[in-house]
Amino acid sequence: MDILEKLKTMIRYYEEVISLPHRREIAAELRDEDDLFLLLLYSEMVGIPNPAYYYTLELYPYMLEKFHDWHLRMGMEKSPLAGFRCC
Amino acid sequence: MNAILVAVIGMVVFALGYRYYSKFVAERIFRLDPNYVTPSHKYKDGVDFVPTNKFVLWGHHFTSVAGAAPILGPAIAVYWGWLPAFLWVILGTVFAAGVHDFGTLALSVRNKGQSVGTIADRLIGQRAKILFLFIILILVLMVNAVFAWVISNLFIKYPASVLPIFIQIPLAVWIGYAVYKRQKKMLVPSLIALAVMYGAAILASQFSWLQVDLVGMMGGEEGAGLFGLGSVSTAFLIWIVVLMVYVYIASTLPVWKLLQPRDFINSHQLVVGLGILYLGLIFTNPTITAPATNATTDVSWFPLLFITVACGAISGFHGLVSSGTSAKQLDKETDARFVGYLGAVGEGVLALISILAVVTLFPSAAAFKTAYSSFGAANAGGLGNFVEGASLLAGGIGLPAGIATTIVSIIIISFAATTLDSSVRLMRYIIAELGMEYKMPVLAKAHVATSVAVLSSAALVLIPKGPNGFGSGGYLLWPLFGTANQLLAGISLMLIAVWLKRLGRNYMVAIVPMIFLLFMTLIAMFQQVFFQWSWWGTESNMLLFVFGAIIFVFAVWIILTAFSVLTKGIQPKLPVKD
Repeated sequence: MDILEKLKTMIRYYEEVISLPHRREIAAELRDEDDLFLLLLYSEMVGIPNPAYYYTLELYPYMLEKFHDWHLRMGMEKSPLAGFRCC
Repeated sequence: MNAILVAVIGMVVFALGYRYYSKFVAERIFRLDPNYVTPSHKYKDGVDFVPTNKFVLWGHHFTSVAGAAPILGPAIAVYWGWLPAFLWVILGTVFAAGVHDFGTLALSVRNKGQSVGTIADRLIGQRAKILFLFIILILVLMVNAVFAWVISNLFIKYPASVLPIFIQIPLAVWIGYAVYKRQKKMLVPSLIALAVMYGAAILASQFSWLQVDLVGMMGGEEGAGLFGLGSVSTAFLIWIVVLMVYVYIASTLPVWKLLQPRDFINSHQLVVGLGILYLGLIFTNPTITAPATNATTDVSWFPLLFITVACGAISGFHGLVSSGTSAKQLDKETDARFVGYLGAVGEGVLALISILAVVTLFPSAAAFKTAYSSFGAANAGGLGNFVEGASLLAGGIGLPAGIATTIVSIIIISFAATTLDSSVRLMRYIIAELGMEYKMPVLAKAHVATSVAVLSSAALVLIPKGPNGFGSGGYLLWPLFGTANQLLAGISLMLIAVWLKRLGRNYMVAIVPMIFLLFMTLIAMFQQVFFQWSWWGTESNMLLFVFGAIIFVFAVWIILTAFSVLTKGIQPKLPVKD
């Protein structure tokens, strides 16, 4: 590896070090936005009436994995949907 | 004695400590397992739990724990001569801080990446958690007061540093916005911000009209200020109010808007600062002029030396970073040694250069003794001496004296300001948590909790009036900060010991430093509370008496709890072994 490559590696490492906490912060903010979005889609499950529920439920198969993480984060150990296989 | 030689000795001991002692602790005591599934893999969520390269994690860990405190403590503690401070920084780092930082990381990795407070609840019970919360509350209160005092003093002493520091705020907001909203990389913007800050520092050092010299505006040190106070007291009061308004705003904003972008800039400053100082040390090749030991002191080194060095040797705050953040990102369990132990060593390296900057500053031992004529003088002047000494070292790489002084003071103020931001924020969370615990939900509201945090911190920094009015007594809080920080480290070491005992391992590596730290804390607080601060004492001061007494009681409480848990062996509420 020549000196230029080494220098680039060092800069990359340095950048990774200083951006580590920020990466977490942005990921957390984005996750919060996602959670809000999921709440808008599936608010019926937590007792908030949602007229679009019938349609939003169609998205469920595409979001299965995310949905699992979401209901865990929302404090529901098991999926609140009886008819769908989640966990 | 040659300063480079002392630095080399220090580095060699750190290297030996890492090579042999941490290896012994990792393999024989903690028995780290490279195949253990760490929380970062087990609970991987892309947010908190992310497996991270150990070099990157160490860099982050080090920049999170390094701040103004490991600089300030040793700069005061050289009052007893450079040798005692040097020895405690070196040995404290190798045998106490290293084990503490490494141990909290390993403990947290084996407990789902939870923070020390939660682990205390699991291992010992609810009262340990409450005790833990109260100790952190006292600690952050001390941090707020001490660092507000440090920043105001530096603003008054080095008026050229005001402009660059205030320029940093809009620059940080700009970076935060650019990175968050426009998804830009942060290296280049933060380097530009640093260049602008240092450019402002150079200009402010050259042109006096760019300096915000409040004392000068009021007619110099003898001038009259507001409300019948002297000019220095008034300037101090104004800076405290400005700082408190600033931290109120900073700690209620989202972290990405101001706190974190400031952190990027400060990470550069840490690298710049360490680079300037160690290169300067090599180029100037200074001789230590301060005496190795100072026999003519008005206060005995025992036990105050250990309290005064504070974070330079061991800091309870590291346990919060180790357990709260780094443990969730550790890729392999065996990386804990590298990240935790070397994180503490990094702080030791910073403390070492702080000692060397101060003890090479003076032309002779007599000049040193004039500057460090009493413990009070050492406390009040330690930081100023560091700034002067560091500037002298920086001169070795060609920086003109005035500019070097401004840049060194900016680096310290930036560190102190970031610590202040985070600690007011932390205090707000703790007040909210205690509010919920004691059924006072009003305290959980962000603005109520922040107001309580800011007002109590402002009161604490203003109340201990020294002989020269406001601001001249803030240093009295330093020993309290040191002891509170050691208590926090003590409770973390106790948890490590309890954990090791439950696993049937030798827990001496944790219990010996714990007893040492708590013993020093108890003796120091006993002496100061009963013979100095009490109403029959030599320097009666009710505020310090109350805080000192609380810390004393907490230290006794931790020792009793440790004794009962380690001898009776209360069963854990949850299994400690995965």
